[in-house]
Amino acid sequence: MSDISKKFVPAAPGEAVIRVRDLVQTIGEQRILRGVSLDIRKGETLVLLGKSGGGKSVFLRHLIGLMLPLSGSVLCEGVEITTLTEREMAPVRKKVGMVFQDGALFDSMTVYDNVAFPLRERGEEDEAVVAEKVDEALGMVNMRGHDAKMPVNLSGGMRKRVALARAIISPPDVILYDEPTAGLDPIVSDSINRLIRRLQRRMHVTSVVVTHDMVSTRFIADRVALLEEGKIYFCGSVEELMASGDPVIKDFVEGRSNDAVL
Amino acid sequence: MIGCRRERSYEMAFFSWLGARAIGTTTYLGELILLFQEAAVSVFAGRARWKLVLAQIWEIGYRSQVVVIVTGAFTGAVFTAQTFFQFRNLNMESAVGPVVSVAMCRELGPVLSGLMVAGRVGAAMSAELGTMKVTQQIDALRALAVSPVDYLVAPRMLAIFLAMPILVAECIFSGIFSGFLVATKVLDVNTAYYVANMSRFTGGDDILMGLVKGFVFGLIIVTISCREGLQAKNGAVGVGRATTEAVVIGSLAVLIVNFFLTMALNIFFPAGSDV
Repeated sequence: MSDISKKFVPAAPGEAVIRVRDLVQTIGEQRILRGVSLDIRKGETLVLLGKSGGGKSVFLRHLIGLMLPLSGSVLCEGVEITTLTEREMAPVRKKVGMVFQDGALFDSMTVYDNVAFPLRERGEEDEAVVAEKVDEALGMVNMRGHDAKMPVNLSGGMRKRVALARAIISPPDVILYDEPTAGLDPIVSDSINRLIRRLQRRMHVTSVVVTHDMVSTRFIADRVALLEEGKIYFCGSVEELMASGDPVIKDFVEGRSNDAVL
Repeated sequence: MIGCRRERSYEMAFFSWLGARAIGTTTYLGELILLFQEAAVSVFAGRARWKLVLAQIWEIGYRSQVVVIVTGAFTGAVFTAQTFFQFRNLNMESAVGPVVSVAMCRELGPVLSGLMVAGRVGAAMSAELGTMKVTQQIDALRALAVSPVDYLVAPRMLAIFLAMPILVAECIFSGIFSGFLVATKVLDVNTAYYVANMSRFTGGDDILMGLVKGFVFGLIIVTISCREGLQAKNGAVGVGRATTEAVVIGSLAVLIVNFFLTMALNIFFPAGSDV
């Protein structure tokens, strides 16, 4: 097994840290990604918009090697990750963190142990250091005082905050967010959006946010990509998205279904 | 001609079904072997977390003891009674002891322990891993650069490898002891003859064979249960299906492998060689 971490070519700010080319994937009979190409630039927050079931989360899972494409390429700082084995992926996954839609917290562990998990797994044995970093991470997501709770006793928003704390405790270069505000009320959604923004400013991480929430998009996006029919239909700034006269983009931005009303 | 064509289409459908089953079974066995191999490499490479191994020894070994001991005890008791009823007609009451003890050591102890562990532990393992799979906790482990095999499968494999022979030994002992009590206290078999014959015809090879079977059954159960859990999909229904499959396939595998193990191990530990 070659040491993949030595092959990374660090990207300069504004350069592509992840480069996706012609990604194709099917789920069952359905061709869900039909040749997606997209660059994720260092330091930016890229929001990936698209309809529910349109392949946004599937696309996101390819960026961290949780799914392998039928064809196409995913380069992470110059390393082709679609050909790596599960063990070879470890250095990539230390660079790229992911916040899952429902948090995916380990339900046999407390909040504290969930957040401490990446540190302990990466060899940190000094519990005083672990405690300090967990406290700092929980503080960043406004979850101090909940560390003894089990995930089952947390609300949806709290679970997402804890998942975020777990993702940032061992700071990655890139954080992937899968529907961070889905199913949350507007106030909790706003707090999550502010949190994503704050993390980007404080830690200068590159973020890829999959959502169909236009309020979130306006608030957090540096750049927006729209996934439509398995391809990137639009990629540009929020202003360009809003100003677009393209009917597909306008329908999405304005939330029009175009279904006949009975 | 039409009837002939229909017959041919039935044949085609049968062979197509047979082929699909053969491919499915081969693929399944391949997946089990690959998972076992990866977990074994992980254990030998020292990647299994000892804290998790101890937790699993508690879960698999300590908490399975009552089930295994009770099963062994009552099977030993009823087997003793039935053997006695048949042997009495032949005036062979004193042969009950060796028959029960050899059967408990070579077959009943390991097989009953295997079936009980497949039911209790296999179901729990596949349900736990299956729930983790469908709630994306397995993906979260992978995303955090932690191998699910290192973190979940290897500790369970090591734990069952250590716990299973002890469970088998407990099952054997409880079966022999309950048989002894039933024979001597209830059925009035002479204690001295019973013990003397049992000691004469039961040897270390018989016990060793039972323990070897215990090792093998433990590894089979953990590999099947973990595979079923890690492949679970489609939410709660999928977890339920994975759990059922783990118990059914695990139990059948114990019974089928037991036959081949008996034939193979009899070469190394021939029955009656201690006489």
